[in-house]
Amino acid sequence: MSDNLAGHVKFDNVGLRYGTDPEVLSNLSFTLYPGSFYFLTGASGAGKTSLLKMLYLAQAPSRGAIRMFGQDLVTMPRSRLPELRRRLGVVFQNFRLVPYLTAFDNVALPLRLAGTEEKKVQRAVGDMLDWVGLAHRAHAVPPSLSGGEQQRVAIARAVIARPRMLIADEPTGNVDPDMALKLLRLFEALNNRVGTTVVVATHDVHLLKKVPDSLIMRLHKGHLSDPTGALRYPPRPGGSTPSGSGAT
Amino acid sequence: MSSLPPLPAEAEEGDPAPERPRGRAAARLLPPQRLTGPVPWVIAILIALVVITAAGGLALRNLGAAASAGLSSALSVQVIEPNPDLRGERTAAAVKVLTALPGVTAVRAVPEAELVAMLEPWLGAGASSGDVPIPALIDVELAGSAGPAEVARIAAAVQTAVPGARVDAQGDFLRPVNAALAALQWLALALVALVALATAAAVWLAARNAFAGARDTVEIMHLLGASQRQITAVFLRDVLREALAGAALGAGLGVGAVWLLGQQFAQLGSGMVSGGGLMLADWLVIGAVPLAGVLLAGLTARITIALALRDML
Repeated sequence: MSDNLAGHVKFDNVGLRYGTDPEVLSNLSFTLYPGSFYFLTGASGAGKTSLLKMLYLAQAPSRGAIRMFGQDLVTMPRSRLPELRRRLGVVFQNFRLVPYLTAFDNVALPLRLAGTEEKKVQRAVGDMLDWVGLAHRAHAVPPSLSGGEQQRVAIARAVIARPRMLIADEPTGNVDPDMALKLLRLFEALNNRVGTTVVVATHDVHLLKKVPDSLIMRLHKGHLSDPTGALRYPPRPGGSTPSGSGAT
Repeated sequence: MSSLPPLPAEAEEGDPAPERPRGRAAARLLPPQRLTGPVPWVIAILIALVVITAAGGLALRNLGAAASAGLSSALSVQVIEPNPDLRGERTAAAVKVLTALPGVTAVRAVPEAELVAMLEPWLGAGASSGDVPIPALIDVELAGSAGPAEVARIAAAVQTAVPGARVDAQGDFLRPVNAALAALQWLALALVALVALATAAAVWLAARNAFAGARDTVEIMHLLGASQRQITAVFLRDVLREALAGAALGAGLGVGAVWLLGQQFAQLGSGMVSGGGLMLADWLVIGAVPLAGVLLAGLTARITIALALRDML
């Protein structure tokens, strides 16, 4: 397999341990292809959140190599990490909204950090809040929002800057089935229209069926299995790895 | 289900990247926090202490300098002779020799009545009774400083005409006082240094606490792609606001206390104390104290935040 894919994410024999404890993730070797839609499943404690933390650059691996969008994370200087993080959209399990910023300002934060013109910020955030059904709550602060509303704000913040990769940790856990489906369609739209790679961690098996072309990565006790051939190269016939991904 | 809402236009290949907010613009990413903690008060107290201590040290320095300046070129010649007639003759001879010496600008034999008046508080009526022989005293002003070589030269000349005459630099009488003043100045300097350290420690704790309280926000900004500079700008702004508020209050309290003390001492009407007044340059130094405190707070906060961010990936 060639390594010259600018948009992919490749884990090579990655392990993760916290302190001197045994490894919580072992020998992870896989490639996420640009424009693919992945579900990451596994029981509680299987290591899903730890794997996602490495994907959204909150946690360095204890061993192994990670390449992301053509950058070697092990050797690249720390000063370049923010630039890489701005290409990611993350929906955290506990939302992680800034509690004293309004819903509007929380969603606007990635754009403002990136230096987007304020006029564009106002329009884009307004539209996005409207789309997730929270236009009327734009000026509410997170503590006054319900769990579902907070989750929608978190998702809006994650997708507002059109990330190259969207990472979502149980993104539909606090919303009703209709809203869950709507949010999933948002992820699909990003995936199809913008070519965003999507990784959704979930233990909701019903969710997996809602995105027919998705690929499934299963974690069990810190090891990955590959029921849909998501991690193989070339991908399993019929898998959703997009054409034109640059794979050679 | 509606389609994906319009999003900010993606930059075309080759478009210059938008300039990311830095400094003040970065600080505006999050609204300022309210000044609620004890930090501004702690900084105010410490700055007030530094201002008062620094003012005291500067006043002592001025006092020592003023006292020394008046006496540095003055000499005293004592003619010790119990016989009043002989004492008068020898005093006149000494005045004649002194007046003729190069470098001597003024010679004045202190009248006996003046000497008696000076000694009366210690000797009582005995000073004027004639029972206690009082040496004659001659004040001598030199064009230059009354250093040891100059004193020796003049003593040699005077003792040729008046054996046994004593010549003393008047500055020597103040040497113990000057040494005490110098010790007090060093003490003031040490206190300023200690209080500055305490200020730095208070700011360090404040920055750490502020950072610990906002750690979640910092992590969120960090994970959303905020650079270290952007995060630092946000927290530096809050620390600097607290430090500025504290420094302004402390400077006001300190300067007020110094002014009041100055008024009290001025009312003493003592010539020596009036030499300890503060000059414009001293006030400038005192004015620099709160500014230095704010700069110290900024530097401490910056280092604290950099160390805390180092622990994050």
